[in-house]
Amino acid sequence: MTDDALVVAGEKLESRLILGTGGAPSMQVVEDILDASGTSMCTVSMRRADPQMTGSLIDVVTRRNVRLLPNTAGCRTAREAVLTAQLARDALDTDWIKLEVVADEHTVLPDAIELLDAAEQLVGDGFKVFAYTNDDPILARRLQRVGCVAVMPGGSPIGSGLGVLNPHNIAMIVAEATVPVVLDAGIGTASDAALAMELGCDAVLLASPVTRAQEPALMAEAMAAAVRGGRLAFRAGRIAKRSHAVASSPTTGMAIL
Amino acid sequence: MNVIINGEKETVSDGLTLAELVSGRMRTDKGVAAAVDGAVAPRSTWSDLVLQDGAAIELLTAVQGG
Repeated sequence: MTDDALVVAGEKLESRLILGTGGAPSMQVVEDILDASGTSMCTVSMRRADPQMTGSLIDVVTRRNVRLLPNTAGCRTAREAVLTAQLARDALDTDWIKLEVVADEHTVLPDAIELLDAAEQLVGDGFKVFAYTNDDPILARRLQRVGCVAVMPGGSPIGSGLGVLNPHNIAMIVAEATVPVVLDAGIGTASDAALAMELGCDAVLLASPVTRAQEPALMAEAMAAAVRGGRLAFRAGRIAKRSHAVASSPTTGMAIL
Repeated sequence: MNVIINGEKETVSDGLTLAELVSGRMRTDKGVAAAVDGAVAPRSTWSDLVLQDGAAIELLTAVQGG
């Protein structure tokens, strides 16, 4: 296959599957799914440091040459998100940030007003902003305009496993994107990831469907295959949908029986 | 003097720097970030940053997350 790496913020990522590590029951499972997914980048959250903590997530990830993408999960305001991003940059020595500014715990849906404000501030502060957003083409456009390096619409609410509920909106976002589009949130199983890639998304970001699967490493492998399959299908170009059948065998040369 | 570290009130010696606090509490300062009174305290400032009585310090690190 020709080189089809994802290029984002001027950097090449070999895998188009970005893995969230949230929800994994142990560090061993994190290691297993990193390996099975073949991912090039995984997300982490910033939380209060436990002095007793043994086994560093950072070591586990960087030992595999996987890039860290810290997030601002849990932040409700632009102020909180900007501070969290700055702390992540200081702790992890990266200016890449997955920006999440959500409205409440129940929906975990982005708060568009705070999100756009935070994105603008962070871009101004030199961050490479990966913005977790709604499946709203206009908000995606605004996030691109303020300088985000990737827009990451949710297919459905975080952790819901409902898949891509509005493929049309995702396709609209892809159609006018000037930066990579990453389908983030809502994936339930492999076919959801494949669909996202068939719609033209540049990558898929998922955590729960792998970390909470009965066999996380097996599902990580399934997701990697689905993302790759969906990407190949997108590049190959699907046939047009039609209302009636079109026989694939020749209609001429039939014997008279 | 008393300070608040990650939400817990603690007594520390007067004149303690943030760098001393971190090295005394954490196995490593790798991957650790600090905020004091709601503002980021960049790593490069830790050794000169003398904590004040009543300061609220947050020490953060990377954990599993989506």
